Amino acid sequence: MPGVLTFGEQRAGKPRRPSLEVVAAARRLADVLGATVSSVLVGPDAAAAAGELASFGADRVHAFEAPALATYATESWARAVAQVVAEIKPRIILFPFTATGKDLAPRVAAKTGAGLASDCVELQLKDGRLVARRPMYAGKAYATVEWTGEPQMASLRPNVFPLGTPDPARRAEVRKGVVDTAARARVTGVTAAERGKVELSEAQIIVSGGRGLKGPEHFHLIEGLAEALGAAVGASRAVVDAGWVDHQLQVGQTGKTVSPTLYVACGISGAIQHLAGMSSSKYIVAINKDPDAPIFKVANYGILGDVFDLLPRLTAAAKAHSTARGA
Amino acid sequence: MKIVVCVKQVPDTETRVRIGPDGRSIVDTDVNWIVSPYDEFAIEEALRIRDAKGGEVVLVTAGPERAQSALRTGLAMGADSAVHVKDAALDATDTAGTARILAGAVRTLAPFDLVLCGQQGVGGDNSQIPGLLAELLDLPQVTVAVKIDVGDGRALVEREIEGGRETWETNLPAMISAQKGLNEPRYASLKGIMSAKKKPIRVVDAAALGLDPAALAPKVRVTALELPPPRAAVQMIEGDPENQARELIRLLHEEAKVI
Repeated sequence: MPGVLTFGEQRAGKPRRPSLEVVAAARRLADVLGATVSSVLVGPDAAAAAGELASFGADRVHAFEAPALATYATESWARAVAQVVAEIKPRIILFPFTATGKDLAPRVAAKTGAGLASDCVELQLKDGRLVARRPMYAGKAYATVEWTGEPQMASLRPNVFPLGTPDPARRAEVRKGVVDTAARARVTGVTAAERGKVELSEAQIIVSGGRGLKGPEHFHLIEGLAEALGAAVGASRAVVDAGWVDHQLQVGQTGKTVSPTLYVACGISGAIQHLAGMSSSKYIVAINKDPDAPIFKVANYGILGDVFDLLPRLTAAAKAHSTARGA
Repeated sequence: MKIVVCVKQVPDTETRVRIGPDGRSIVDTDVNWIVSPYDEFAIEEALRIRDAKGGEVVLVTAGPERAQSALRTGLAMGADSAVHVKDAALDATDTAGTARILAGAVRTLAPFDLVLCGQQGVGGDNSQIPGLLAELLDLPQVTVAVKIDVGDGRALVEREIEGGRETWETNLPAMISAQKGLNEPRYASLKGIMSAKKKPIRVVDAAALGLDPAALAPKVRVTALELPPPRAAVQMIEGDPENQARELIRLLHEEAKVI
């Protein structure tokens, strides 16, 4: 039956959260269309993730478990997804806009002839056809996009689509797939960042620092507050370009576009390319010495003051808060 | 080595976006056009590889007349020659069509060892061209590269992922897309700018690349473009730093309910 197909990422049989968000979004569309949700999972133990995918809405899981697929390779993984597309002819294909999804989706789109809209933040159906909303210019504008044909393929921004409530009673039919595993480029190793660090694009809370911190030796104040809040650490382009922190932490155009529930901007004036990357956050806190700083225009809560006075006190207050809640 | 670099001309990242009268595009009359920053990393990397191993760097762009200045910028940085695909079909097409056009132009440059792109064109923010192009050209791909070591017939690449890095090994020729952090792009020297004026730019259209206009019809169309919704007015927290800190944590917990 023509339906909705999703690509899912899993590690050791455990699906990653953005992939579950994609399955939940697929379920909502399929319910309106009266269609089924199928998911492709690749890697040994892939089928072990089927149960959790099913609880979020997958009806069928196509698992490609060859040992040669243990590490990611664009060509063989794209072949696996394209094979399922050829078999079930989905009307809609959804990917997570994660590092892997971002690499894989265009290759699958070119293989299958699907039109692809990247980094979508909203999906709707209009007369049975997909309509999506996606940021452009790093969020300075939002585009409504439609597809002229099928399959209609979209990658979804992590942390935006609701998971909904899983139904543990739901089951998915598992089909094992076999595919040519040859690939001319493949992953040979993975270096994880420091343990315990929260990834920016998936973080619920982000604490970001800018030039107001005056030097890299003070960035620990940002890290301290982030730790107290269980948050990821971000930075403005100015401090990345100055070499204070790694560019992986950069928020804004030419860095990451983020939409956490809480964004705390410390000593960041709010250059237009920074605002573009974070102004879709649910709540924004701005701490700055300059009352005219543009960051206050997007903030919900503002503190006019010195980050050196405020950060240690905020960290202490946040710690006291979490201790009180934990007690 | 022959290295092809695909570049895109985009609005400066400092551009204040205004929506055009068609409601589907931005006002581009007072826009300062630049080479997409990620493409600058790709150009820089190509120049470094060429300077270390010999060979040539050829730039390819698809865009209107003004896009030629992006090619001149790359030529001034040190690229050897360029191809400019200029075609009315480009106005209406999407990423899939653009990739077909670029693939057509890159094919005319075969044999090559490496195709480099920026990992994302600033503005459209699709991050699709590298993967689409790799499939159309039947090349292996490594995207979002922060380190590239080119060896004999293969390359070792480090790629940025969530919370870490992957190490990749690829055969050449390959498509590799550049991420910020790969290198520090050079500024064009005065001598570079002068000599760029004499470097060859070949201008072609889609028909010259043997492309069927029907294959360039968009699969995805932008039907509306809007500015983000305005945000609520800021609530300033007064008092001394100690009280401001406590009050903020209280508001985040009790009012916003986010901690």
